[in-house]
Amino acid sequence: MREITYKQAIQEALREEMRRDERVFLLGEDIGVYGGAFGVTLGFLEEFGKARVRDTPISELGIVGAAAGAALMGMRPVVEIMFIDFSTLALDQLANQAAKMRFMFGGKARVPMVLRAPQGAGTGAAAQHSQSLEALFVHFPGLKVAMPSTPADAKGLLKAAIRDDNPVVFIEHKLLYNRKGPVPDGEHLVPLGRAEIKRPGRDLTLIAISNMVIKALEAAEILAAEGIEIEIVDPRTLVPLDEATVLDSVRRTGRVLIAHEACRTGGVGAEILARIVEEGFDYLDAPIRRLAGRDFPIPYSKVLERQVIPQVEDIVREARRLLGRAGGGKRNDQ
Amino acid sequence: MSLTIEALLGMYRTMVRIRAFEERVDDLMMKGLIHGTTHLYIGMEAVATGVCSALKPEDYIASNHRGHGHCIAKGADLNRMMAELLGKATGYCKGKGGSMHIADLERGNLGATGIVGSGIPVATGAALAISMRKEAKVVACFFGDGAANNGAFHESLNLAAIWKLPVIYVCENNQYAMSGPAREMFAIPRIAERGSAYGIPGATVDGNDVLAVHAAATESIRRARDGHGPSLLTCETYRWKGHSRSDANRYRSKEEIAAWQARCPIQRLRRYLEELDGLDARAAAAIEGDVRAEVEEAVQFAEKSPVPSLEGAEADLYA
Repeated sequence: MREITYKQAIQEALREEMRRDERVFLLGEDIGVYGGAFGVTLGFLEEFGKARVRDTPISELGIVGAAAGAALMGMRPVVEIMFIDFSTLALDQLANQAAKMRFMFGGKARVPMVLRAPQGAGTGAAAQHSQSLEALFVHFPGLKVAMPSTPADAKGLLKAAIRDDNPVVFIEHKLLYNRKGPVPDGEHLVPLGRAEIKRPGRDLTLIAISNMVIKALEAAEILAAEGIEIEIVDPRTLVPLDEATVLDSVRRTGRVLIAHEACRTGGVGAEILARIVEEGFDYLDAPIRRLAGRDFPIPYSKVLERQVIPQVEDIVREARRLLGRAGGGKRNDQ
Repeated sequence: MSLTIEALLGMYRTMVRIRAFEERVDDLMMKGLIHGTTHLYIGMEAVATGVCSALKPEDYIASNHRGHGHCIAKGADLNRMMAELLGKATGYCKGKGGSMHIADLERGNLGATGIVGSGIPVATGAALAISMRKEAKVVACFFGDGAANNGAFHESLNLAAIWKLPVIYVCENNQYAMSGPAREMFAIPRIAERGSAYGIPGATVDGNDVLAVHAAATESIRRARDGHGPSLLTCETYRWKGHSRSDANRYRSKEEIAAWQARCPIQRLRRYLEELDGLDARAAAAIEGDVRAEVEEAVQFAEKSPVPSLEGAEADLYA
């Protein structure tokens, strides 16, 4: 299968959907000539023109609200928020308008919009350009939340999100943009709400989100050399959450580790953990463990930044510990 | 003024219908039959009526928390409105929205919102959709003086201005943002002056004069429909009732309220119609009787309607 980068996969999804459906259009800051802060929309202005690739002022609230209004009228806008940290500026329009219009109007409205934004640490961009905010969006019924970890998922989920009749928050990870992976030729859709087992294994279920999937795959190699086979479950979308795939894996392994980059307190790991306990307690042979970002804003120093985000070695250590193997260490605070 | 007597009588009927509906809502609220909160439009009837009578049926409005008048002026069904206020399954939102969230998408009412200023970006986006589809439609966006101090107002007016969107921003300056007096919350004498900050026309009219509102709205709508972009129309008016249920009117005097009540927009149009021999006491009483009967029927309909259930609510959440 051909290999393309995560960024190219997103570009393919956007381009294909824009060619397929003239109601699809883009709006965001510096997405035209500049091509977006991460170059995702480079070349789109030339192909689709100013009307469908709309450079906006720095007005996050205004543009997310405009997208909601256009969507309510039957257009299918895709908004780019330059860094997910800036989505807080637009939160009222996303959380109180886009998410709620259908329900509070009695199920009559449709709000088919996508809000795309990159998140995550690892670029040395400090506290206001590095957060992971998925837990925020998961907490508003009416929104869907997608977090692809591979180029194939990025393409398939974005196409599905654009075709979905609901507001979808599509969270990209900055460190993944230039990472390559196989993507099928031709039409490729990944339905929202279906997890994927990224690596099968019998000993432990590791539920990993976004870039943590990549770290989990590395950790799995190290552990395999020790005879430990971990199963990596990538939910791919947090709303809807594919509880069945998660529980099925837990039933087979009896041990669970959950890993995400967002800070621990109020993180989606807590929600996933709670659902496993509620629905699958009898499958468990050990307490569930979470690996999450530490409860700090992301610090600037490369040394500190690395320490607040779970790393491959942390996953390896936690997995060993859950399986009672040497090198598992004692309790850690991650 | 090129309006026919029939058109003027239509406006009069709309204003009386809004007044009668709101008075009945007030009454039902006092009796505890309407729960939650409600924001009454009494005293401001000329604004919604003047603007909506200048729109075509295929045009759109975006409403706000004080939205019953906008709904009625855009042609909403009183039965479904009243049923919504009583939280019934037959209401516009099947009992899920209530007073602050009535939407009537079939009639171009894009819905009301309970967060001050938050309908302005949505209205702007609706106008963007119209503009991109090259349709000859217009969006009228209603909001109050309080909303004009919200960031959503500024971001949206700028967006609409740079993209020349077919939207008219109708600021209903009823003099108070809850208790905050406009004279203290603005350092400029007229809110419409802010239009110039975005390069769009700003006009101020007597919001209790339905003909002045209609004329100014007609001009703004023509401009928007012809592709010349948005404008800001401020209608100076007054809400007779408190902000909401909790309001004890501590921030204004009885004299001030009485002075504005003496400038009743409905009586004003009635006097004008009488001068034109377009309305006499008997005809006025007939209109009054008609709308009171309509409102009573709406109350009956609402009371007899079933309460909603959460069954199928997921389909009302996600399409």
